[in-house]
Amino acid sequence: MAEKPKLAMYWAAACGGCEISTLNIGEKILVVDDVFDLAFFPCIADFKVKDVQGYPDGYIDVCLFNGAIRNSENEEMAHLLRQKSKFVVAFGSCAYEGCIPALSNLTSRQATLETVYFDNPSIDNPEMTLPQVKTRVAEGELTLPYFYQTVKALDQVVPVDYYIPGCPPEPEQIWAVLEVVVNALLNGGPLPPGGSIVGAGKVAVCEECPLEKNVKAIDQFYRPYDLIPQPGLCLLEQGIVCMGPATRSGCGALCPQANMGCRGCYGPLDGVEDQGAKMLSAIASVVGVGAAGEDEGEMAKKLDEVMSTLVDPAGTFYRFSMAHSLLQRAKVNGKQA
Amino acid sequence: MQRITIDPITRLEGHGKIEIFLDDAGEVANAYLQIPELRGFEQFCVGRPAEEMPRITNRICGVCPEAHHMAATKALDALYHVEPSSAVKKLREFFYSAFYVTDHTTHFYALGGPDFVLGPDAPAAERNILGVVHKVGLEIGKAVIDTRMRNHHVIKQVGGRGVHPVAGMPGGWSKAISEEERQEFEAIARKNVDFALFSLKVFDDIVLANQAYVDLILSDAFTHRTYYMGTVDSNNKVNFYDGLIRVVDPQGKEFVKYPSRDYAKHVAERVEPWSYLKFPYLKGVGWKGFVDGPESGVYCATPLSRLNASDGMATPLAQEAFERFYQTLGSQQVNGRYQPVHQRLATHWARLVELLYAAERMLELVTDPEITDPNVRVVVKNTPDEGVGSVEAPRGTLTHHYWTDERGILTGVNLIVGTTNNNAPITMSVKKAAQHLIHNGTVITEGLLNRVEMAFRNYDPCMSCATHSLPGQMPLEVVIRDPDGNVIEHLSQYT
Amino acid sequence: MSEPYEPVIVGFLCNWCSYRAADLAGTARIKYAPNMRAIRVMCSGRVDPQFVLKALREGADGVMIAGCHPGECHYVDGNIKTLRRFTLLKQLLRQWGVEDERVQLVWASASEGNLLAAAVDRMTEQLRPLGPLRWKETVLGRNGHGEFIPVEEVPAVEEV
Repeated sequence: MAEKPKLAMYWAAACGGCEISTLNIGEKILVVDDVFDLAFFPCIADFKVKDVQGYPDGYIDVCLFNGAIRNSENEEMAHLLRQKSKFVVAFGSCAYEGCIPALSNLTSRQATLETVYFDNPSIDNPEMTLPQVKTRVAEGELTLPYFYQTVKALDQVVPVDYYIPGCPPEPEQIWAVLEVVVNALLNGGPLPPGGSIVGAGKVAVCEECPLEKNVKAIDQFYRPYDLIPQPGLCLLEQGIVCMGPATRSGCGALCPQANMGCRGCYGPLDGVEDQGAKMLSAIASVVGVGAAGEDEGEMAKKLDEVMSTLVDPAGTFYRFSMAHSLLQRAKVNGKQA
Repeated sequence: MQRITIDPITRLEGHGKIEIFLDDAGEVANAYLQIPELRGFEQFCVGRPAEEMPRITNRICGVCPEAHHMAATKALDALYHVEPSSAVKKLREFFYSAFYVTDHTTHFYALGGPDFVLGPDAPAAERNILGVVHKVGLEIGKAVIDTRMRNHHVIKQVGGRGVHPVAGMPGGWSKAISEEERQEFEAIARKNVDFALFSLKVFDDIVLANQAYVDLILSDAFTHRTYYMGTVDSNNKVNFYDGLIRVVDPQGKEFVKYPSRDYAKHVAERVEPWSYLKFPYLKGVGWKGFVDGPESGVYCATPLSRLNASDGMATPLAQEAFERFYQTLGSQQVNGRYQPVHQRLATHWARLVELLYAAERMLELVTDPEITDPNVRVVVKNTPDEGVGSVEAPRGTLTHHYWTDERGILTGVNLIVGTTNNNAPITMSVKKAAQHLIHNGTVITEGLLNRVEMAFRNYDPCMSCATHSLPGQMPLEVVIRDPDGNVIEHLSQYT
Repeated sequence: MSEPYEPVIVGFLCNWCSYRAADLAGTARIKYAPNMRAIRVMCSGRVDPQFVLKALREGADGVMIAGCHPGECHYVDGNIKTLRRFTLLKQLLRQWGVEDERVQLVWASASEGNLLAAAVDRMTEQLRPLGPLRWKETVLGRNGHGEFIPVEEVPAVEEV
């Protein structure tokens, strides 16, 4: 009887949502269990790093790696799993492009440690103790990983074979990808070209979104609680920020249908290097201020006013894609947030 | 000094490791639970618009994102000084109850349950959800999967999307439910009540009927007498969504009861250099170290704590289960309240009592006429400044505290997360279990490894992973070295 | 003896107005700072914000976008779009920690060689005291981690 292919699912700086979404494929998880043997899956099985170190290179057929690279342990595990796996999939937004943890790239390691361990009102830490990479206690030495200044995406530390975007990837998409993988492993079916983004569409979220879309000319941006949006009508048109135009489809445009603007968790479209910049370009272009023949100074002033109603462009446009952005992290001094 | 390293601990958000040190007599001198992870939400959320927090903080945890979403939403209510309407509160609590059903189900069947359904010494390859299914039948396994799936469906419909919901807003919720949806959800809620009752029966038949397990639960190795924290409604009954935070002492006497906005008066967090996770304790008692007792500020926030801190459950079947729980474990009533149960393994049972309450509460709310109120989204005009919101996450009291400028851009964020409350007690539980189980000359077996884990697992640390369907042995390795560091024994469990 | 720091400015100049202005500055032999490297685009509206960010990342100390005066765009309102995007981009750049002076928008018609030259001179002098940006080296750092991590600080993987 042939050996079953080996599956690994590992979390780096993650939340566990990718694991939950995978389990939300319901009874199909039993099919996965049928087809694969687990080789490493700290969430639910008891393989250890030692075991992975002992595997021959390429022993793991498919490694679903989720979570961003936040500390030295995350990076070490990325290198180890890359070595031991035939295919490494950057699973979910954190591994693909940094996701929420990468918002930390707008601030600094120092600021983070100070806020978390010194400044917050419930902290009792007069000795200004900080977690240490090495601590000597009465009984011996204890170690912790090193907390990096910058959060990175998986492909910024190891080569990646495929990307499944989403925060988390939707279960239907996960199953669609697993089906292709199972078919390839068992029946020699085709695999997409290396480096592909799988489990997602090729067009913008707007194409999936059922809301009515017209020509846009935004004269003011509104916070979600500033108004009750007109049902059935594009949110962006109503001045509510929605990242749909710059975001890859595949999720079914869930958030706009819940009357909340898309925040871009499925990442950029093909050909786009920096999702945030693309969104900036798209949204700014449709601000309905300024026309040929108007006074330059007036225009600039009005535009300034309108644009300042769009709060926190960096945190909004780069909500999920900071690690993959062109500038990647902000230039900070000390405690600048 | 000899050293036993258990790495990694799983079922924790991120990773954890335990270091056990043995003295020259071969007894456990000390044990450390190290959490090697930090992402820094309290810092990188500064500069973000406050109304985005329900959608940002839900990424703190992908297993209980609904809890963070709800705590954040309530913090926004406080921040913007808006009181949600009664319909909004009911819709939110309904959503939250569905979440509790799925989360507690997951933990019992996939994480904690296997230790009891199969036994702590069962072969590691069987001690997982598949083994549970073999023992109780595939039908049950599919019932567990179906419970998760149908309640995740509710979460997705009401919250906007699965796993990381989006609908929470200051004073409201971004979408209402239709009558058609309501009817579907009512059928789901009824199934949930049946399933919860069934799960309690599973516990009866498989755990309580087995004397060895009962002895294990009652054993001193897994018992700690600490303070207990939970949220209670105006009748001092357990409520997951809202109420006052109540703390009782190890004797069961109310120590303090406060609204969430006063949390910083009562709870402080310490820092140790060997862990990224902080250690909360009660300010009114003070930090006396990792010790039990009424003089120590260590407190616990789990299903067991919530039951201990309350006067009962607000729904009839759950109340019956509550009374049976305390009576069976030999708790006496003093001034009309049951004395706290201190046996930490009983948390698994307490979790099932809560599962039943969540199911009943879900049914109560979904049959309430206000639940389909279409006007759940509100316009907010007030100027924000500061707000605190708290809920009971399945793993403990969860508090979000925000400060903003007048535009609602965050200038400060403080979070005390469910499992964080339990950092000190978990460390103590692991150490105590190790001390009871490991002595000079003890042969370190798989069962021993698992029992050390069981001390940790009942707290359901914030990284539970739903339906195991695979040989779910705990990834554990125990390495025993002599004083020179040479390996003398090396045990691990993996398939 | 150390050489004075010469800021490197990448300029995106539109074909119909500002690039011609630069040409004019050349043929009229107007002396001005040589710090701008000109890239011709058909319209300033062609300037994708990604170009600006990429230039800053890849070594530019500043970026100048130059186009026709509003009302004179060859494509009617391409430059209006430029103005809109530029306004929002400036807000974004502040959050990234990029100083205001480093990205500038200039309107210069084909006959305004002097104006363009003066703009380049002015920008060069505004950038000089800010020092080089050197984004990759100073902000991303070695390994892109934003700081140098001494080997001894990161614990070696222990035999466990």
